[in-house]
Order: sequence, then structure tokens, then C-alpha cells
Amino acid sequence: MVEFLSFRDGEAGQEPAVTVESFTGQSNATAVRIEPGEDARELLPHLDRLSLVEVNFPAYGDGRGYSAARILRESGYQGELRAVGDVLVDQINAMRRCGFDSFHPAKPLDDAAVERALTRYDDVYQKAIDGRQPVWAKRHPEKIHG
Amino acid sequence: MYRYDSYDQSIVNARVEEFRDQVQRRLTGALTEDQFKPLRLMNGLYLQLHAYMLRVAIPYGTLSGKQMRKLGEIAAKYDKGYGHFTTRQNLQYNWIKLADAPDILAELATVEMHAIQTSGNCIRNISSDQYAGVSADEVADPRPWAELLRQWSSFHPEFTYLPRKFKICVIASDDDRAAMRLHDIGLKLVERDGVIGAEVYAGGGMGRTPMVAPLIRDFVPEEEIVSYLEACLRVYNRYGRRDNKYKARIKILVHEIGVEDYKRQVEEEFAHMRTLGLNPPVEELARIRAFFANPAYEAGASEDIDRADPAFALWVDRQVAAHKQPGYAIVNISLKPLTGIPGDASAEQIDLVASLAEQYSLDELRVTHAQNLVLPHVKKADLYAIWQKLEEAGLAEANLDLITDIIACPGLDYCALANARSIPLAQKIAQRFADAERQAELGELKLKISGCINACGHHHAGHIGILGVDRKGVENFQLLLGGSGAEDASLGQITGPGFSEDGVVDAIEKVTDIYLAERTSGERFLDTYRRIGMKPFKEAIYG
Repeated sequence: MVEFLSFRDGEAGQEPAVTVESFTGQSNATAVRIEPGEDARELLPHLDRLSLVEVNFPAYGDGRGYSAARILRESGYQGELRAVGDVLVDQINAMRRCGFDSFHPAKPLDDAAVERALTRYDDVYQKAIDGRQPVWAKRHPEKIHG
Repeated sequence: MYRYDSYDQSIVNARVEEFRDQVQRRLTGALTEDQFKPLRLMNGLYLQLHAYMLRVAIPYGTLSGKQMRKLGEIAAKYDKGYGHFTTRQNLQYNWIKLADAPDILAELATVEMHAIQTSGNCIRNISSDQYAGVSADEVADPRPWAELLRQWSSFHPEFTYLPRKFKICVIASDDDRAAMRLHDIGLKLVERDGVIGAEVYAGGGMGRTPMVAPLIRDFVPEEEIVSYLEACLRVYNRYGRRDNKYKARIKILVHEIGVEDYKRQVEEEFAHMRTLGLNPPVEELARIRAFFANPAYEAGASEDIDRADPAFALWVDRQVAAHKQPGYAIVNISLKPLTGIPGDASAEQIDLVASLAEQYSLDELRVTHAQNLVLPHVKKADLYAIWQKLEEAGLAEANLDLITDIIACPGLDYCALANARSIPLAQKIAQRFADAERQAELGELKLKISGCINACGHHHAGHIGILGVDRKGVENFQLLLGGSGAEDASLGQITGPGFSEDGVVDAIEKVTDIYLAERTSGERFLDTYRRIGMKPFKEAIYG
């Protein structure tokens, strides 16, 4: 069983994450935690000083954090993006696709199940954050540049 | 019809194996029911009153003969010999064993079918017009768009845990046969300066707070539809309510913040989305469109129909619609026999319709949101032979859009959410109005029954709607008048205090009497209601 999962090179961020409100009100924090309902776009002016963003999932069914993750990645955030809370093995794949690269689930995950979940699907239908070529790009390779 | 390539097939096959693994973990106890529930719901498996129910996706309501035959085989092998066609053009099996569910999905995968996202708070099966591709009045066949969106929405990484379920419909005619504006998002294809694009409607729906979707954009070109919908969904995913499941649909968001504010937010998000390269190239829609090219119609097919048999002539007049191709017709098959269950078909009937599709309809059939079937490409010369076979199988009821062509949810006979039984009431109404001449005299009259406030039976959109409620442990039925799910979409109004099961049948009879007395030439029930209003009906019912 794994309690922490990272797909990044190097050390995981250790600094305690502060709330969005206290982060935007001070200049020295480099880690922040987004709760559902908070606007990830408030962080965009400060991306260069962030090294860790935690996105909290108090309940697996609340999917706002998937949008928060994509918004940060679409805006160029390169630092660690960590899903925390009620994160289940059957969600890891979608979370990876939305740009999460580390996971700290409330309940430990089974390593083998994680491996299966991440390798189950050879193909995807949408362009997302993970750089995987969607099926439509594979069908029309002549149309895809770079 | 669309055919899977190796990518589509591999994704569906992977899903079968994933679900097999999940079911195995549940059966061994590695997963609790609470942990398993969100997983099974992503695959259309519900735990109902008596058994598991499996909902199979029929994308945009189109099936081949082979696919239909497989649905019949599954009904015979794993269910009690029936399938139930739903208002979202899907098929439900009501008596499924959990241990069988992976094998059923594996069988479906062999005919390019699945149950992906037929439940859960995700983007559901894309619905469409049952006359797509064969009606003369459409600007383009909407099904290539629906297939493009089926693929885009399948396992969408960002939109799988939405505030609530999300239903999308695509049509391309001025006549709305698919209740487009009662969907979370409705797309209507239009042509502008020789370019095909979509009008987009958002925030429609039924349930306990019914709303007709307002227009939020008058044109999205086809090459940008994916990024535009990503914008619509992202705004909903971020700001749709999650504190109360009854206020979580997009209609509530659009209503609470106002359509202008929702539009503004979508436009801002769209301006961002369109820079991200999310749209498939136009060649992909062209690739899909090629599958929906006209089938090989026979040139010079005869226009003649031998109407010598009066029962056949009656059926032709009621069930057959005009086809764009000379010599061809669209055949509607009623799944509303007067003593049956609306939308139900036996395994044998499903198998027969599969054969008819193969033999007489260029291997294609459709499912309608009114829970009927359609053979879309029938030579007029073959109509009599088809009618005879339908007649033998109990499928030749001539009641399309008449008062006995009732939409009804499964109700308390099956559904864990229901407050009242819909099916016995539908049967009582059908019995009361069984006389064919009387039905014909009443003309188009869409009657829809829901067994609870969730409105799966579309009662808000019925010319006459019935809502079953529980009043101190007793079934009670509210009556609504004046709804429509068509291009003139409107929501029905409640007449007043509710009725017993027999009482509501009597009330409907009084309502139809007022209509017959008050109508002017050529008026449908709905037209008369709209002209004279609720008052005369109310007086007749309660007076």
C-alpha cells in the first residue's frame, strides 16, 4: 500500500500549504492549498513563486478540483500539483490527465491497483494536460504538428 | 452507420475488463457497496427494488440489425425475456445479476455497444432525432456530431464528477422530435453562409424544477464545437451547486446567476479554450460523416401502396412518415400495445424487429424518446409485408402520438425512487381510450406519466401530464395540462388537487370532452388549451 505517490523527479514539496486567502495576502509562502469552491485563477498572478499546489478533495464526488488542476496547467504552472483527501484508485488516471503529478490520499492505495488503473487504457478521446495524443490525432497524423 | 475502428474497440474492451475487475473486487468483499456504488454507476448498473438494472447506451438511438439481435439475446439469456426502451433512447434490463454484468458488457462489446456513462454525474448518452438522415427538412444529419460528442465525452477526465448528470441532444430540423430544449445542453444544427454550425441552448431539464433551455449562442462553427462545450461544462463544473442534489443541475445555475451572466462566463472560458488545441481537425468530423452517407437506395422504387386492407391502411396513415427518398417511407413501430408496458419489448419482438431491419430497412433501426422504434429506410412496396409480420408479433398498434401512445417511467413496480406506479395507470388510460375511432377523433395528444417528481416520464412536457406522488402513504396523481417537448416547448400547469388512480382517468376523460366541445377546425388538444386556457378544463374537472 502507498500513502504518497509522486510522478515527479526529485523531492516532493514539504512546506506546509497555506490557504488561498493567506497565500494571496503574503509574499513568502511557496505552497498553497485549494479547497473546492475556491478560484484557482486567483493564483495565476503568483505562479512563479509557487512550488506546490495541493487541491483538496473532501469527497471523491466533488469534481471541482479537476477543473482547478487543468486551469493551473493550462496557464503554465510547472510546479508540483498534488491531489489530497478522498482520492480513490479509480480516479488516479483522470487526475493524471488533468495535470496532477502527486497524490496524498486520505486512505492508502494499493500499488498494483494504481498500476493497473494507469495502464488500463491505451487510448484516450480527448486532448488534456498529460500530453497523450487523442485518438483523433492518431487518426489524422498529417494534421497534427508538433 | 458508424463503425468502430481499432481505437474505439480497444477502449470499449478495456472498459469491460476494468468493470470485470471491479465486480470481482465487490464479489470477494474487497469493495464495500459504498465503495462499489460510484464505480457501477459509471457503467449504468443500478441497484433497484428487486434486482440490479443495467442501462445500455444506444448512441443517438441508432442500431443495426445485429446490435438489436444482441439486445434480444441478452434479454433472453440474462433477463426475464424483456428489454425496456427508455426516454433517452437507451435500453434497460430490469432483472440482472451482478455476477453476470461483466459478461453482458463483453457480449455488447462484440457488437460495438457499451453501457459507459449511462448513469452517474457525468455526460450521458447523446440523444438525437429518430428521423435523422431521412427527413427532408434537416440541414444536415445530426448523428456525425452526436458521434463526435460521444467520443469526446467518453471518459472525459475533467467532467466525470460533475455536480449532477448532464444530458446533451443534437437535432437538425425545425421540427423538434427529441425534446432538445429540455436537455442540459441542446444543439440545433443551422446553416449560415454555407457553413454548418450549431445554435446552443443551455439549462433545460425536467425533474422537480422544469425549465425550457434558453439560447446561449446562435452559432458555433462545427470545428469549434468541442472547445465551446468544454467551456460550457467547465463553468458548470466549477459553479454548479453541490450543496443540494435537487439544485445541482445546470438549469439551476443558469437560472440563479441568469442567462446573461452564464453566457458571459462561457464566452470568457471559450476565448481561453479555443487557444488550447482541443478541437479535433475537421477531417475527423468528415471521417465520421462518411459513415452516415445515404445507404444504397433503390432508384425508381414504386410510390404505390395497396391500401385494400382497411386495418393496414389505418396503420399506414398513423405509423408511416415521409422519407426524403422517393419510393421510401419511415415506419414507426409502436411499443404501446393497449395492455402492455410502455417501451417494453420481449426478446422475441426485439429479434423480429432486428430481422425486419435487416430485410427491409437497409440494416438500420432507431429508438425514439417516446419509447417507440423506427425502421428508417423502408420501400413503400414492402410496407404490407412488414405490417403483417408486426401484426403477428403484437407490434402493429396504430397509435403514434395518440392518447394511448403513452410515455411512462418504470414507476414503483421497479424503481427505488418512485412514489407511485406508472405502468398500471398507463394501462388503465389505454383501456379507457382503447377505441380506435375515439383515439383518432382526439388526434395528436401526448400523454406522459412520471411516478415521482424526478420526471423520468416527462410529465412536464405532456400535452396531458401525470405526476404520481405519495400522500400519507397513498398513491395520488396530479394532472398537468399544456406541456410540450417539441419545437413549441412549454411546461404543463397543474390543474389542482390530485386524484386517485381511477379518479385521474375520469379527469382525463373530462379534459378530452372539453377539448372536443371547444376545438375549432384543425386544432390539436394543445392548441385548444393554449387558446382557451386552464379555466374551462378546471371547471369540468372540479366543478
